[in-house]
Amino acid sequence: MTELKLREPMIFELSKPGRGAASQFPPAPHGSTAAGWPTSASLGIPAHLRRARPPLLPEVSELQTVRHFTRLSQFNFSIDTQFYPLGSCTMKYNPKACNTYAMLPEFLSRHPLAPEPQGFLACMYELQEMLKDITGMQGVSLTPMAGAQGEFAGVAMIRAYHRARNDAARREIIVPQAAHGTNPATAAMCGCNVKEIPCDRNGDIDIEALKAAVSADTAAIMLTNPSTLGVFEHKITEVARIVHEAGGLLYYDGANLNAILGKVRPGDMGFDVIHMNLHKTFSTPHGGGGPGSGAVGVGPRLLPYLPIPVVGKEESRYRWLSERDLPHSIGRLSGFMGNAGVNLRAYIYMRMLGREGMVRVAEFAALNANYLMKRLTQAGYEAAYPMRRASHEFIITLKQESRQYQVTAMDVAKRLLDFGFHAPTTYFPLLVPECLLIEPTETETKEELDQFCDAMTAIRREMEQEPEKLRSAPHTMPVRRLDDVRAVKQLDLVWKPAA
Amino acid sequence: MPFIPHTADDVTRMLEVIGADSIDDLFDEIPAALKTTPLKGVPPAMSEMQIGRLLTERALLDGRPLNFIGAGAYEHHIPAPVWAIATRGEFYSAYTPYQAEASQGTLQLIYEYQSMICALTGMEVSNASLYDGASGLAEGCLMAVRANRASNSRRILLPRDVNPTYGQVARAITGNQNIEFEMVDFDRRTGRLPLSALEAYSGQDFTALVVQQPNFFGNLEEVDELTDWAHANNVLVIAVVNPISLALLKPPGEWGGRLDGKPGADIVCGEGQPLGVPLASGGPYFGFMATRMQHVRQMPGRIVGRTADLEGRPGFSLTLQAREQHIRRSKATSNICTNQGLMVTAATIYMSLLGAEGLKRVAAASAERTADLVAALTRIAGVAAAFDTPRFHEAVLLLDRPAAPVLAALAARGISGGLDLCASYPELGNALLVCATETKLEADIEAYANALADVMRAARDVRGAA
Repeated sequence: MTELKLREPMIFELSKPGRGAASQFPPAPHGSTAAGWPTSASLGIPAHLRRARPPLLPEVSELQTVRHFTRLSQFNFSIDTQFYPLGSCTMKYNPKACNTYAMLPEFLSRHPLAPEPQGFLACMYELQEMLKDITGMQGVSLTPMAGAQGEFAGVAMIRAYHRARNDAARREIIVPQAAHGTNPATAAMCGCNVKEIPCDRNGDIDIEALKAAVSADTAAIMLTNPSTLGVFEHKITEVARIVHEAGGLLYYDGANLNAILGKVRPGDMGFDVIHMNLHKTFSTPHGGGGPGSGAVGVGPRLLPYLPIPVVGKEESRYRWLSERDLPHSIGRLSGFMGNAGVNLRAYIYMRMLGREGMVRVAEFAALNANYLMKRLTQAGYEAAYPMRRASHEFIITLKQESRQYQVTAMDVAKRLLDFGFHAPTTYFPLLVPECLLIEPTETETKEELDQFCDAMTAIRREMEQEPEKLRSAPHTMPVRRLDDVRAVKQLDLVWKPAA
Repeated sequence: MPFIPHTADDVTRMLEVIGADSIDDLFDEIPAALKTTPLKGVPPAMSEMQIGRLLTERALLDGRPLNFIGAGAYEHHIPAPVWAIATRGEFYSAYTPYQAEASQGTLQLIYEYQSMICALTGMEVSNASLYDGASGLAEGCLMAVRANRASNSRRILLPRDVNPTYGQVARAITGNQNIEFEMVDFDRRTGRLPLSALEAYSGQDFTALVVQQPNFFGNLEEVDELTDWAHANNVLVIAVVNPISLALLKPPGEWGGRLDGKPGADIVCGEGQPLGVPLASGGPYFGFMATRMQHVRQMPGRIVGRTADLEGRPGFSLTLQAREQHIRRSKATSNICTNQGLMVTAATIYMSLLGAEGLKRVAAASAERTADLVAALTRIAGVAAAFDTPRFHEAVLLLDRPAAPVLAALAARGISGGLDLCASYPELGNALLVCATETKLEADIEAYANALADVMRAARDVRGAA
């Protein structure tokens, strides 16, 4: 990247009046002359409803557009170009076939309200069936469009369940302190209160605290397992018993499903509902922030409440099940069928992995994580839970280094960029000071992990010898460290032409 | 092993470092009783060639019907550069741009996107996207409750000529937060929301009024008088708009203002799909949202700002994150985290290629094609236009018989003839919502008209014979 020019003007700055990508403009409906063009007036749009001035969009050629956005792409780190050990995000290889075959023209051109496409729906039905088997659940809806919407669907179903039992006063959601921010935010969106409980020294839930927390107000507990601390919750069966006995349900946040794929199923652990991040475990792209897909699976208690539409099969015909088929559904969460194309990519990935491949995902994700954890501790870094196995990820804490060398986890993260590695997740979970949450995933080679260790070793040396190099990192990116405080104080959110 | 690069030798050496005898040992913290027996519901692995063949067969089974359905998702030409660039690995396989210095490409692109959305809508700030248009309206309603300090009611006026699915989604998402929706009827003759329907609510406490332009029937609402009524009654206006239509229509930022000189809707949202995103059986699409600067801290979703680096050079980063779930947790403006970033990438490339002139031509050609379609179809006996109101690129037709069998007969001829409205709007009778965009040529419209004439005639002949 260093050999490239590291600045790219705004697309608006490339604009010149009268320029455009002419071959992309539609032909005039009646005849090819400018006179053939309908106007607001000829179309019968009343004057007071018309646009007076054209919007300020760029006027650029097709080549300028292609070059501008291609160059912008080169300013990004990505899985295709760099090791991306971002904890809790499962940045594994996104197979090209998933995109190629999801973009067949017949799939892309299908209007969502056109007669039900049997080929596409067969894929969606089989995807639901595979996800049921993997999670140990009895029903799956592919509708939620991201993890947070899957969480929303899960908690909304839990509320519907309690309401149907005339137990609507249950509005408290218990979450461990280390929970992802979407858990409490989702609880709030569903009109629930959040009660946080602590973890013990080993990273497991504090059982006594849980016993004290459950009550007649308990709607559910939301858990990730393996937890956001990167360890398998030992006492999960006991947790399930305590919550169920108190009349609450168990919600499984599938953020870390990659760690246990084919090894243990949330349904067998006692969970009543799960959301899966298909963009993590099933390798659909993250796309620079989305789209994801947050399919939900449910056990028998919540089956009537699944969000619609769901794909059903009658004899040999597939169709979308709607309000009429699922009258107790929590309803629709999207204008049509959720992120259908993302689901199709997950389906293709799962068929390519197959039965044997599912288990291997968990096995090699765990192998890579445990190997990397061991190598980094040998290099002098402190694991947050050294007495535990890593799941598919693990936490390094820089508490000691931050005191000794006055460098932060963020400094190490930024310096890693200079070594050509994307940074691990920083400062999450919040309760481990100065932490890096590292998730290598199963698709990385041993060589790549070794190079990452070499970089971390070199950074450790710099910490001791020239800590300023870390504090002022990165040094080789298109920009140096950015001023986030200024970004908030002097809000600049929209381009405006120079006066 | 599919997508796993380890050799047997790698495994041996890695286990040695770990100090474990086997990979199985790495799972020894999972209670034995919980461990899964082999998955039965997942078939054996397929190679890329095999899955390619299966998917191609299934795609061909679905075919490519000639499409005249709109109803919230619109078929437009997608320029080749859009997805050629959006599927580049650097965009496709990158994460959310939290590490700003290693994500300047995505961040600058989102800043440009925000600028374009503001240009189209006439608003001051835009977020980096929501999931889709329908869930975007739900977020807009929740945002209005936070933003409208003059209202305590949590009641929202929802006209029945707003896309009915949007109403269903808004209810499902806001249902546990005590938001009430008051349905307001449309005028049967004009197919739009009359001011008189709102005047019944004058002086009452409502949080917001939803106005869809063009409305679900494709008709143009009198947005100025609706906006002015709302603002005179301390009601915020949530505009739901089609981005392509904004090349021709007055942007929501200029609606109303005839009374107080302060024009503009308060929150603008909508479905971004028409901007270069394929129909693809319903998703992924993206929802856009824009507002005025005074409400920016109430807006859900990510926002990108321009700032400076250590050396004072301009750069981009996510900003105002104190609104979001990873900072504010249960007090966040929304639980949204992952959004529809790649769709925004496509839309930004699309808007750059088309520009104001190209978008205007797409909009005008679509409106003209719909006018042609309505003219061609209403020449058929038993088909009439439901409303005589200025419209954009959709129209409601009334048939002299139920629409469902007609649509089924058209489907058998490879034509998706429109959306049957009988379930959502029984009072309209046998109503059919149709749409033509710039992608429909004269021959396509003729093909539809001939097929419909045929179907109508055949049915009449059968009835005549009986």
